[in-house]
Amino acid sequence: MSAKISRDEVAHVARLALLELSDEELDRFTAQLAAVLEHAQDVAALDLAALEPMAHPFPLRNVFRPDEVGPTVDRDEVLAQAPAAEDGRFRVPAILGEEP
Amino acid sequence: MSLVPTARDHATAIAADVRAGRRRAVDVVEAHLAAIAATEDQVHAFNLVTAERALAAAAEIDRRVGEGDDPGPLAGVPVALKDNLCTRGVATTCSSRILAGWEPPYDATVVRRLDRAGAVVIGKTNLDEFAMGSSTENSAFGATRNPHDPARVPGGSSGGSAAAVAAGFAPLALGSDTGGSIRQPAALCGVVGVKPTYGRVSRYGLVAFASSLDQIGPFSATVGDAAICYDAIAGHDPLDATSIPTPLESVAAHLADGVSGLRIGLVREMLEGDLAPEPDVVRRVTAAAEALEAAGAKIDEVSVPAVVYGLSAYYLIAPAEASSNLARFDGVRFGLRVDAPTTAEMMRATRTEGFGAEVKRRIMLGTYALSAGYYDAFYGQAQRVRTLISNEFAAAYERFDLLLGPTSPCVAFPLDAKTADPMTMYLNDVYTIPSNLSGQPAMSVPFGTGEGDLPVGVQLLAPALEEARMFAAAAVLEEAAP
Amino acid sequence: MTTTDAVPAAEVAPSIAPGWELVVGLEVHAELATATKMFSSAPNGFAAEPNTNIDPTSLGLPGSLPVVNGRAVELAVRVGLALGCEVRSSIFARKNYFYPDMPKDYQISQYDRPINEGGRLELPGGKVIGVTRAHLEEDTGKNSHMGGDGRITGADYSLIDYNRAGVPLLEIVSEPDISTVEEARQYVEELRAILVAIGASDGKMEEGSLRVDANVSVRRPGEPLGTRCEIKNVNSLRSLGRAIEYEASRQIDLLTAGERVRQETRHWDETGGRTRTGRVKEDAEDYRYFAEPDLVPLDPDPAWIAGIREAMPLLPRQRRERLASAAGVEPSLGAVAVAVTRGLDELALAAIEAGADGRRTLTHVEHNLAVDGAAQLAPSRFAELLAMEQSGALTSTQAREVLGAMVDAALDGRDGDPAAIAEARGFRAMDGDELAGQLDALIAAHPDEWGRFCGGDPKERGKLTGFFVGQVMKATRGQADGKVVTKLLIERAGG
Repeated sequence: MSAKISRDEVAHVARLALLELSDEELDRFTAQLAAVLEHAQDVAALDLAALEPMAHPFPLRNVFRPDEVGPTVDRDEVLAQAPAAEDGRFRVPAILGEEP
Repeated sequence: MSLVPTARDHATAIAADVRAGRRRAVDVVEAHLAAIAATEDQVHAFNLVTAERALAAAAEIDRRVGEGDDPGPLAGVPVALKDNLCTRGVATTCSSRILAGWEPPYDATVVRRLDRAGAVVIGKTNLDEFAMGSSTENSAFGATRNPHDPARVPGGSSGGSAAAVAAGFAPLALGSDTGGSIRQPAALCGVVGVKPTYGRVSRYGLVAFASSLDQIGPFSATVGDAAICYDAIAGHDPLDATSIPTPLESVAAHLADGVSGLRIGLVREMLEGDLAPEPDVVRRVTAAAEALEAAGAKIDEVSVPAVVYGLSAYYLIAPAEASSNLARFDGVRFGLRVDAPTTAEMMRATRTEGFGAEVKRRIMLGTYALSAGYYDAFYGQAQRVRTLISNEFAAAYERFDLLLGPTSPCVAFPLDAKTADPMTMYLNDVYTIPSNLSGQPAMSVPFGTGEGDLPVGVQLLAPALEEARMFAAAAVLEEAAP
Repeated sequence: MTTTDAVPAAEVAPSIAPGWELVVGLEVHAELATATKMFSSAPNGFAAEPNTNIDPTSLGLPGSLPVVNGRAVELAVRVGLALGCEVRSSIFARKNYFYPDMPKDYQISQYDRPINEGGRLELPGGKVIGVTRAHLEEDTGKNSHMGGDGRITGADYSLIDYNRAGVPLLEIVSEPDISTVEEARQYVEELRAILVAIGASDGKMEEGSLRVDANVSVRRPGEPLGTRCEIKNVNSLRSLGRAIEYEASRQIDLLTAGERVRQETRHWDETGGRTRTGRVKEDAEDYRYFAEPDLVPLDPDPAWIAGIREAMPLLPRQRRERLASAAGVEPSLGAVAVAVTRGLDELALAAIEAGADGRRTLTHVEHNLAVDGAAQLAPSRFAELLAMEQSGALTSTQAREVLGAMVDAALDGRDGDPAAIAEARGFRAMDGDELAGQLDALIAAHPDEWGRFCGGDPKERGKLTGFFVGQVMKATRGQADGKVVTKLLIERAGG
């Protein structure tokens, strides 16, 4: 695992997360994130290969719901909270890219 | 100059009086609204006080009592809700600009259960933006002040809820706890704060921060009040797939159980060495141990070495899950939108303007921890640390029934004292994080004061689903508190 | 088969240039036939108005949580068993990316541990195509691009409907075992038939409940696999074939000219008849998959799986074999496949069991029952009709007409009695002697033609047979059976 997160890497994850950073922010965040990851080196150094990763604290399995229609939400109530709506649908600016 | 009232109106007493027709719910609510009006401008516990709704709900309770109806075990009790709990038709902002003014079209399950129990929602409380923080200074709407000393923080992220109870604005409040966000502010504000077993309280309607760590829990001035609140909100919910199906055992029914014969372990790593708290805090934890011993418990020391890795694991797992949970804030369906010619640009501009610095930091940290090439070393490794910590707790609970330690390393600190360096702030959660990682219950109980007469809280930790035992010990501590 | 799918024989030309091999893998997304969505109880089905089949979870509202639809899991297991997969413990994972038709800006899918792995699908011709996996995931909403030229790149703005968001999908991925366009079509047709037969999906490509993406590459025989391109936006079986052919040619042209094939996603342009490159992205998409923390693992109980296996409806292959066996024909006979595809095999079986001739039954199903209402025919009535034809009481032409009337009646919910219908139309197959008499009269009336018939070569005879049959039909007002007339002609001519 690399010891320090680089400015380029921070810029990359900002892009992935759709966040625009100024140069000053990029510098500041790089230093701050590096500090956190530096601290996390203690965990990186541990030999935990024998352990399973824990995704859930409680060992539940097979939780289902029946295939029965339940309450829906009122479209007007939802669209009233939308930034823009038209013809019962959510309106957004031009979408240029195809779905990944 | 303390803003903490000398006299308190406890939930248990209010509910009993209102149900019996000895007091009117409307009078109770009005009294609390008056308390809010008196000092809220100095405390800033609330993002929104829902006075009209509260009075209308209270009037309805009184009407039902008049007709011989029983409104429930929390009849007429004002409750403040952390502003990351969805309340239908009432602004739910998570103290973020990206959700300013958003009114959900549905209620969180806990809100519906409080309503069924007869409680009256009196307002939505301030928090660190999206529950990310330990001081409530990350709120986009201004910090909350600690009622014990308004120049100091109330803790976080549920600072508003803790302060509301401490200031007498409501006998009960709900918060959420992902890494300590109920317990730490409870300790700093001198009130009781409970994080239930993961899955014991439904998360449906809680705006998610870290899905595998978040839990909703009560704040109150007394252990008894926390107990009746917990009983009202806990229990299986089919709308939350991580909700535990085991039938709920009432904790209120076990409050007087005492601690005779219970084996209680003082966690060494939380009291000595690198993670040791301030000396005042250590003293109070020691005193608490003595009080439990005097009540018949057997005290001993226990080592849980892996807790020292909790902070690192947490700051890889929580931001990772958060980075995904917060992706939905994109300006398309709700909340803030910053216009742009294309949707991609609109999303970027909206998120850039709408999120505060701490939220951005965690989103980026989380994105990094999950990204190709780093997943195994970071997120994967952190999930193994979780297993390690859980295994060590399991070993400890073979010899002990409960564990005891500090809640916070220090008493309430001044505003802006820890904002310069994120790591400094993160260190506030070292004792609370391990039980989020293991999914086990824990609570903070006020136990004396420390430097500057500021409150100190001690933390009880229990195995999964053993809240009743934990509350019983808390009741003993409350009785013995200096 | 519907006409959009029927491909004239002339179009099934050799797929690609000689000296090259085509390698195709298909990814099929099937919408599962459940009442509610994959992770919430919002309705799954037709909605007249946009954004009415929604709830907090399918809209991804803050605070909402997913809960797995048990019926979707059951259908996924059914499909897995039907494809011979191993059904295993599985978990859900988040696939993270931003796109406005995705309410949470992540999709809940399955990545590391899918519910079904390692199956196979046998094409009617016998070739086996491997199935890598079949996993559960949720569908997205729908964008409509407004203004401009209506296509995505020229649009002014977009409108989004989330009715489809959250609908359960089963993604079925094949191994790259498909080597021809025809195999690709057969794979999709057989897979669809299986999905429909077991009630997992209604499998309609035109309606979007079955979507196919093709991974296409080419190589010289003996060489390792070439770079593949994913082709999306294929909306019919016909387009699938055209798209694969086009893409193969495109790649061969590139490689022949010494260039490389770039690995990318391309879109099939139906009107232009070509694939086009998708938008080129700077960063490769990093989906940052991790186990879905809001859901717990699926651990299907072996007894439960066994129960599903036992209750499984017959698969198309099994139905073809059953019908072929009863009719005394080969399962690969086209009419058998048609009967099963149309869902009329039970009808045909019942008729055969009542004594009808197998081949004749199949012929009627193939040629005369490609219509609505056919499925509502009462098997006993169908059998009676066939018996009437078989006994000579009706000519085949008459039988077809009566059958048509029976289907119309069935559509109206009425019982169609073939005997009564025949009577009402005055149908009555001619008596053999009467027919012979008619024929002899006509032979006498056309001596030239008769002479040419007797002395003519087979081609000449064929033409004149038509002449005489036509004359007999005219004379009897269509009540003669053409086949019987032909037979008599031959007899009269002395063989």
